[in-house]
Amino acid sequence: MYTQSFNVQDTAGAKPVALAPSKEDPALQAAFDARIDADGRIEPQDWMPDAYRKTLVRQISQHAHSEIVGMLPEGNWISRAPSLKRKAILIAKVQDEGGHGLYLYSAAETLGTSRDQMLEGLHSGRAKYSSIFNYPTLNWADVGVVGWLVDGAAIMNQVPLCRCSYGPYARAMVRVCKEESFHQRQGYEALLVMMTGTAEQKAMVQDAVNRFWWKCLAMFGPPDADSPHSGQAMRWGIKRISNDDLRQKFIDATVPQAKVLGVTLPDPDLKWNEERQHYDYGQIDWDEFWSTVNGNGPCNKERLATRVKAYSEGEWVRDAAMAHARKQQERSTMKEAA
Amino acid sequence: MSAAVDYLLHLADNALVLGQRNAEWCGHGPILEEDIAQSNVSLDLIGQARMLYQLVATLKGGDVTEDKLAYFRDTHEFRNYTLLELPHHGPLSAYAGSSLDYGTTIVRNFLYSALMALLWEALEKSANADLAAIAAKSVKEVRYHLRHSRDWLVRLGDGTDESHARSQASLDHLFPYTQEFWAHSPAEAAAVEAGIGVDLNTLKADWDAIVDAALAEATLQRPAAGGYVTEGKKGVHSEHLGFLLAEMQSLARAHPQGVW
Repeated sequence: MYTQSFNVQDTAGAKPVALAPSKEDPALQAAFDARIDADGRIEPQDWMPDAYRKTLVRQISQHAHSEIVGMLPEGNWISRAPSLKRKAILIAKVQDEGGHGLYLYSAAETLGTSRDQMLEGLHSGRAKYSSIFNYPTLNWADVGVVGWLVDGAAIMNQVPLCRCSYGPYARAMVRVCKEESFHQRQGYEALLVMMTGTAEQKAMVQDAVNRFWWKCLAMFGPPDADSPHSGQAMRWGIKRISNDDLRQKFIDATVPQAKVLGVTLPDPDLKWNEERQHYDYGQIDWDEFWSTVNGNGPCNKERLATRVKAYSEGEWVRDAAMAHARKQQERSTMKEAA
Repeated sequence: MSAAVDYLLHLADNALVLGQRNAEWCGHGPILEEDIAQSNVSLDLIGQARMLYQLVATLKGGDVTEDKLAYFRDTHEFRNYTLLELPHHGPLSAYAGSSLDYGTTIVRNFLYSALMALLWEALEKSANADLAAIAAKSVKEVRYHLRHSRDWLVRLGDGTDESHARSQASLDHLFPYTQEFWAHSPAEAAAVEAGIGVDLNTLKADWDAIVDAALAEATLQRPAAGGYVTEGKKGVHSEHLGFLLAEMQSLARAHPQGVW
């Protein structure tokens, strides 16, 4: 699950800026542009402009970081899952997110950056991850709502990435999207079941929807007018559909699902616009969004510190594996020499 | 029937309690690959627990379900080995709290899966056909758990001075708990009598051989057995199980009429 960070610069506090035009070899640049224009794929061994490479590394690593940080809010409920079936489903789901992290880090590594370098960026606070994970999961229904709305929003953004111009990323996204679609249906199904239950259970679902709805709309990123970075990404075929269009698509798809579920989406301005053939919606609180992106959300510090703790406390384990592998190598070399 | 129920609950509680413990690593592993591996082990164990509880529910009839058995029994009704409820760190009182230690996790998974690889194989011949079928599925899973934990035991034991010292300390801490494997329990004796269960003492020589070979490769010393013999399988547990169950059962018990 992940979306918004496409337009978020890694340097803390900065808003998106336009990239400088390429000053590289004109013939190579022309061939690259032609491939992009023909909707062809760029592969790791192909020439690519530095800015394209940097943008991809930033985007794919942010995406990978989002997957592994995203394990924490849902992992929060594994130990307390209210039935063994739901416990197994949740473990499998969180594990899938870890798997997405794994193949996204691998996709980014094809661009010449190591997983350790990318993790260093995350742990130092330089690299961003999807800000939706800086909100807490406060009741069990949050697990279902994260599947339904957060993964649902992520899918809207990620399906176009299956056609992204960079081959390894596009191929990774095909698998990610399949799994995310499954998560979304699982989350929605969990909520449907809860809505057949007690009044307390129904209240949990509504409470979770109230807390996550607006955060999910913000996941699509700033309005197109405030998103100058998007233009270059569109040109490169890394981004295919604008933030506002995706957001609208998500809202239009979700409103009928909320009706079936029997919950109220917390927006008094949400209504069908016959003329536009879309739902109108209220104002997103962008100040709150940017404040959270820039480190001041309710869980930013906890999420990052938890990742850093797992990594630093696991160092002796990784070192042991490397030392053992080296010793094995030496032993086999000695055997060959003897 | 009671012999079967008690024995199945012992097997089920083992799987659930260790599955619950290993899931604590989800999101916190020393490396992403191991995070995913421990989730897999946990999923297998919870899957085994579910099949066994479902079989118990069928035998008991009435309104018994797998979730009633998992969520609405108290500490003294659980029949798992004490080894499996311990937190992932060295010896500490239950409310002391400490970081997760991967050495403890690996050593425990190794000691337990070495036993279960043998036991599930033997249980494929159980007089209870349903249990035999569960054993046939579980033995494949637990052989993977054994391979995974054994590989890591060797890496940690042979790796660095620090990893050697840490894994030896985990082994020294956990090994005495394996005495419970071989201790007599009325439930196991009744299950053996009924042809449903297996006398673990017939597996001990094979278990010793698996353990000794792995420890030798890992350059670790097998601790002398001795000292207190735990009795979790008779329902007398450590202080740790109460906390594990309090957390696991809290939501289900807060909403006993809930549908999930």
